Amino acid sequence: MNIHIPTPLRTYTDKQETVSVDGATVAEGLAALTAAFPAMHQHLFTAEGKLRSFVNVYLNDDDVRYLPAKEDSPVASTDELTIIPSIAGGTPGIPCRLPGCCR
Amino acid sequence: MPLRIPQSLYSDLRAHGEETYPHECCGILLGKSDTETLTVHQLIRAGNTRTDSAHNRYHIAPQELIAAQRQARKSGLDIVGFYHSHPDHPAQWSSTDFAEAHWFGCAYVITSVDGDKTKGAAQITNSFLLTGTSEDDKAFLPQRIEFDSPASN
Repeated sequence: MNIHIPTPLRTYTDKQETVSVDGATVAEGLAALTAAFPAMHQHLFTAEGKLRSFVNVYLNDDDVRYLPAKEDSPVASTDELTIIPSIAGGTPGIPCRLPGCCR
Repeated sequence: MPLRIPQSLYSDLRAHGEETYPHECCGILLGKSDTETLTVHQLIRAGNTRTDSAHNRYHIAPQELIAAQRQARKSGLDIVGFYHSHPDHPAQWSSTDFAEAHWFGCAYVITSVDGDKTKGAAQITNSFLLTGTSEDDKAFLPQRIEFDSPASN
């Protein structure tokens, strides 16, 4: 399967935007990716081994979190995995104390 | 590292904020980056999925990000940044913006839009570069905006 890497994580894949790996499931594909590029692991997974909450993984057009088998979903060699960090934000609700914030 | 953007796209992202006022607008910037500059070549308007609190929150659906990434790939470009508006708030990043920022090396452009809750006018537009390598060392740095003539791919 091919795994598409988002801009900020290409630092850890030798600037490759698409990485081809072997694996029968989504989890195996991600394991193969982090085996090939170990520095990727901490950016995708928590210390407990769970996908970080802001990391979205899509199998073709489906969010893996909502697939019945989740990360154990089967993957064909022609399938595509896309890793995409979330984008969100907004105006301050209450003033905060972070340096440079809410000025 | 400055953000270089054609004047027409800069005007478009500011106009987007006026059109969605009093709600936040959001969008994706496609372009190229090198060690010196982030250059914007295309702008993609995105929908704000936070319809529950669109006046002070934004969220871009991952499907729109994936479509943008595919479009970028076809054009030989990358996702180099994002933009959103702050209705009736300063064009400064908020604690929410910071907590939700995960695209290292990308620009986060914020436009303040002031109005009377029915119609707003874009005021200040600032850009912030998300620096660092992880959630532990990330930081927003103010980023100079430079204008460029319309760029070709």
